[in-house]
Amino acid sequence: MTAKKLGLKQRYAHMTRGLDWETSYQPMDKVFPYDTFEGIKIKDWSAWEDPFRLTMDAYWKFQAEKERKLYAVIDAFAQNNGQTGVTDGRYANVLKLFLTGISPEEYQAHRGFAYAGRHLRGVGPRVAAQMQSLDELRHIQTQIHTISHYNKYFDGLAEFPHMHDRVWYLSVPKSFFDDARSAGPFEFMIAIGFAFEYVLTNLLFVPFMSGAAYNGDMSTVTFGFSAQSDESRHMTLGIEVIKFLLEQHPDNLPIVQKWVDKWFWRGHRVLGLVAMMMDYMLPKPVMSWKEAWEIYFTEAGGALFQDLARYGLRPPKYADIATAEAEHISHQNWAIFYQYTHAAAFHTWLPDAKHMDWLSEKYPNTFDKYYRPRFEMWGQMAKEGKRFYNMALPQLCQTCQIPMGYTEPGDPTTICFRKTQFRGETYHFCSDGCKDIFEAEPEKFAQAWLPVHQIFQGNCGGATIPDVLNYYRMNVGADNMDYVGSPDEKLWNEWQADKIRTAV
Amino acid sequence: MSVVALTPDYEKHIEFRDLESNFHGNRVVYLHWEQHLSFCSAIAFPLPPSMPFGAFVEAIVKPHYNAHPDFEKIDWAQVVWMIDDEKRTPEMEKSLDENGVKHKSLVRFWTPGLSGYKGSAS
Repeated sequence: MTAKKLGLKQRYAHMTRGLDWETSYQPMDKVFPYDTFEGIKIKDWSAWEDPFRLTMDAYWKFQAEKERKLYAVIDAFAQNNGQTGVTDGRYANVLKLFLTGISPEEYQAHRGFAYAGRHLRGVGPRVAAQMQSLDELRHIQTQIHTISHYNKYFDGLAEFPHMHDRVWYLSVPKSFFDDARSAGPFEFMIAIGFAFEYVLTNLLFVPFMSGAAYNGDMSTVTFGFSAQSDESRHMTLGIEVIKFLLEQHPDNLPIVQKWVDKWFWRGHRVLGLVAMMMDYMLPKPVMSWKEAWEIYFTEAGGALFQDLARYGLRPPKYADIATAEAEHISHQNWAIFYQYTHAAAFHTWLPDAKHMDWLSEKYPNTFDKYYRPRFEMWGQMAKEGKRFYNMALPQLCQTCQIPMGYTEPGDPTTICFRKTQFRGETYHFCSDGCKDIFEAEPEKFAQAWLPVHQIFQGNCGGATIPDVLNYYRMNVGADNMDYVGSPDEKLWNEWQADKIRTAV
Repeated sequence: MSVVALTPDYEKHIEFRDLESNFHGNRVVYLHWEQHLSFCSAIAFPLPPSMPFGAFVEAIVKPHYNAHPDFEKIDWAQVVWMIDDEKRTPEMEKSLDENGVKHKSLVRFWTPGLSGYKGSAS
């Protein structure tokens, strides 16, 4: 008699459930010491539903197949010198921002989900967290492999892991993940699983991957596709975790709400880098940040929170402020990098007349009034040989660690200054959102490693800008400064000249 | 303690990273020229508390803002100063400390009649 094949549901049950046991030599609370201190109450771990029902053997087979395809595309891209076919040499800077600012966070997510997978005592979430942990490790690996091809030609990519731990603006995504990873396992799951992977993920991946597609970077599009099926599983995990926590006990609601508020705002601040990428760095833009925010947050997020209202959960605090900021943040962020181009590991440039017209069209309420004059003034100064640099270090927000360049809600001509006192010390913030986060956990955020203060304390290689850039391992004159005049631009122009010669 | 921590003695292990004593005799001072957002944010300096306010204006304020086309037009006698939340007339020969500039104080200033490139606050 041949053994009957198991159905998917049975197979999932056999391969995941019943593999653990109630420990007897040690109390369960000692084996799982981290899943109670946050105050989350779980009555029945077995109520965890995993709609994907993915088992490890299927995971292995499925991922191996996807990766074979991905590496075939990467090889073909390299053999055909695909790097010469992107829209413009400036495009490489999008990849620099991605590899230095986002790929290391895939690794941080891998570590975080491994931690959640170890420390949640329910087997359902544990299996799901372990798989996501493996996904994140694969993602950074495939991203490094894809982008390493660009590293053969373009500057600013070579030292990405070293830079991630040291460079001033990379402390923004780094501190975001450090904060999540140093929280308890439930907060981590809400922070990364729900707020980041569910509510905000489309604002991260869609812009980069459509940006790659629009700009002729097929290798990056392919790793995007490869990651996409994982991302939908991650989103499912994110929504499952929030429903599970809210269904388990009414006492969980205020804790979860606090985390949703916190991580929405933190995510919104980190995504400002994506906003700037979309509006200023793509040679051929896909859509504006404001449009993306309307589609992926206002509409999709609005529907999501309507659905979650039955648990008593309300939309994140300051969502209205974040929506109003969608008119400003990309311009304000690009202005920050333009004036600190000497300390950035990617190139900057001023938008040309055609691009400024596009921005006017996309931002009719704000661009011409507040930001066009700024860029025109800098353009004028550059023409006169007085390219504008900011020669002092910026004041940073204690929470998000971004230079305090955001303006008052409702007044784009005045910087938003917020501050608080804790144990006799003053702390400064860019917004009410960041101030609230600090005030909820001052003991944690008083310990923030703020790059500017660390430089002043003598912990970053020395007192001068060259000392600090050396500490960052920045290849001065190649990695930093404007695109125009860079080795990247020179190489790109040579490729274009070659194409014309070949055509003739 | 408001942070929810695994260890009950978390507070004993807090490392306050930016105490004044970590800055080798200096204190951090933030400076901002209002209505001139070409300078994207306030700027930060480690300065000795004994530095006269007048020296601060000459050695710190002026050289860091002189790239702006409005800079030439500033009438320094008309400048409105704010130290933390208070509008004040600093005494130029007195020190930063005596003028109320503490560790991590914010010094903002307005230049009447000047509101950035083409009045755009840039």
